[in-house]
Amino acid sequence: MPNGNLMIEFMSLKEKLLSSYLAFEDNLEADSPIHELRNKAIKNFEQKGFPTKKEEAWKYTSLNALLKNDYSVFPKQLDKSIDFKDVKKYFLHDIDTYKVVFVDGVYSSFHSETTHDQIDVCLMSSALNKTKYKPVIEAYYNKIAEDDSLTSLNTAFAKEGAYIHIPKHKEVEKPIEILYFSTGNEAAVFLQPRNLIVVGENAHVQIIERHQSLSKNEVLTNSVTEIFAEKRAFVDYYKIQNNVASASLIDNTYIAQERESNCKVHTFSFGGKLTRNNLNFYQNGEYCNSTLKGVTILENKQHVDHNTLVHHIAPNCESHQDYKGIFGDASTGVFNGRVIVEKDAQKTDAFQQNNNILVDDKATINAKPQLEIFADDVKCSHGCTIGQLDEDALFYMRSRGIAKKEARALLMYAFANTVLESVKIPELKRRINKLIAHKIGVNLGFEV
Amino acid sequence: MLHIKDLHAGVEEKDILKGINLEVKAGEVHAIMGPNGSGKSTLASVIAGKDEFEVSKGELTLYGEDITELDPEERAHKGVFLSFQYPVEIPGVSVTNFIKTAINETRKAKGMNDMPASEMLKLIKEKADLLEIDRKFLSRSLNEGFSGGEKKRNEIFQMAMMEPKLAILDETDSGLDIDALKVVANGVNTFKNKDNAVVVITHYQRLLDYIIPDFVHVIMDGKIVKSGGKELAHELEERGYDWIKEEVNA
Repeated sequence: MPNGNLMIEFMSLKEKLLSSYLAFEDNLEADSPIHELRNKAIKNFEQKGFPTKKEEAWKYTSLNALLKNDYSVFPKQLDKSIDFKDVKKYFLHDIDTYKVVFVDGVYSSFHSETTHDQIDVCLMSSALNKTKYKPVIEAYYNKIAEDDSLTSLNTAFAKEGAYIHIPKHKEVEKPIEILYFSTGNEAAVFLQPRNLIVVGENAHVQIIERHQSLSKNEVLTNSVTEIFAEKRAFVDYYKIQNNVASASLIDNTYIAQERESNCKVHTFSFGGKLTRNNLNFYQNGEYCNSTLKGVTILENKQHVDHNTLVHHIAPNCESHQDYKGIFGDASTGVFNGRVIVEKDAQKTDAFQQNNNILVDDKATINAKPQLEIFADDVKCSHGCTIGQLDEDALFYMRSRGIAKKEARALLMYAFANTVLESVKIPELKRRINKLIAHKIGVNLGFEV
Repeated sequence: MLHIKDLHAGVEEKDILKGINLEVKAGEVHAIMGPNGSGKSTLASVIAGKDEFEVSKGELTLYGEDITELDPEERAHKGVFLSFQYPVEIPGVSVTNFIKTAINETRKAKGMNDMPASEMLKLIKEKADLLEIDRKFLSRSLNEGFSGGEKKRNEIFQMAMMEPKLAILDETDSGLDIDALKVVANGVNTFKNKDNAVVVITHYQRLLDYIIPDFVHVIMDGKIVKSGGKELAHELEERGYDWIKEEVNA
């Protein structure tokens, strides 16, 4: 008689997820409104399936190789917690921060530093289950996440993540770090974290998100983050993607902005096997400001796909995109930047810039800016360059005694470094600077 | 110090330099003048080692050593410095960080340790003062958004910092107003001593009122066609280049 495990080995990941959902659902409270959402979402996923290259938005990124792994959908837990000394380097340990830390998808109170003092920096599981959070969950949870198959899959299974609620007029005095560790406890794990961040009127917050695998085992993370910036709120968000070569990430982030709010997302992609960033901004109120910046530095066969959307719905708003990429070896980059300016969004000022350097002949970049403008009084511009290092600049540096290899590295460093100007946490800026220098192989003879 | 004999060089088998002869000794200032397109800047680039140019014939030695096969950085390590006619903008690298890197890379090539930070700071301050460069300027991205004058002053600042043996100044006077010209000339004259040499490449005689040459050479169609003392520069200023052309053709 074949046992159940053996049968599962012959299932596709989609089938495995669908059958796992039945077991998962049995343990949920039947009357929760979230339960209904989950049922709808899993049906949606069942219908749509994983995206394929036939879809325009996934033309240059294939999930096929990743989906062949036999992932554990509900990872087993380690008996003991991971040692701080082993993960210290992934924290901004030199400065005081709030921390929400997860190990293999489960909250780690040992590594975390949460708070309920004036602001809520805590867990999604609490927010979903405790009555006192019910009004916030009802008002915001899954309200801007789209119904594409991957977001739906997350909605069906999500039970843990960071829940951050900053009430109005509150300036959070220290950054919040959200860290997801995976230990490699099993050969392959599939993680689906879910974050909800609500920033009240005139409130300010800085958040750093990182996914880090601590082993060489396969990890696939399908993450969903919803961010709501109320009137005049200020959100400064940093994504550090410097994972090991066996870890992949699909990051689905949705940001809704109300009047005069200011949201910035910086994405630093230096590692991982496959990374797909679906970063979506919706400007619902007038005089919003959105900033999307990224530095991507890849080598080997790494693949990073930035799929951005800025949806200008209200008039008098600005958006500013600046993505820089350096692609070495046989790595692949994708930049798919979509800007939609609705008919009512007059006086929109939308800027998009994407510059790429191909270091090796086998490296590839697919760049596709898409502007859809329905208003007539707008300022929209986009620029995209793909090139090699500037020969004149190389000669200039070499004529000053800087050897070719160092000159090339310094030029690449300088190219990427301009994105860092808008990083507002000095300690983080210093770290990223070092990461860039290390990644490029430049030995910085100066303090940055 | 610098010895050039029957030097032919160009791009893709087309010679731009067609037999240059030039001797520069320590302690000397040479001016190289000539009309546009005569090969002045090419000569500067060939001495500094730009890949684009191929030496097809002739000798190019520094202190008796053949440098035609050396990389630009190796020539820099041996004391060659080129002040660019069009300094390249490098966003993201500050003037200070660039010069620190250049100095320490050169020291490394000579088997020396990095210059101590305090010494570096002192040197930067001293040379910046000499060229009337303020502190804010030093933290700006290299040449980015610099005015023509600022770019040239920055070139001479780098020269003063690196203390080369042979400084080639390619059209350093272009884009300078008279005050900036005096500052730059003062920088060059302060740098100048009996152990180093300066080659000034210029279209006009103006700079030579402040940096007094020992020799003036006229380059035309890839050859040095006339050499003389500083009075030759004045003559060129008054009479232009046509009379030399006639002399050559005669």
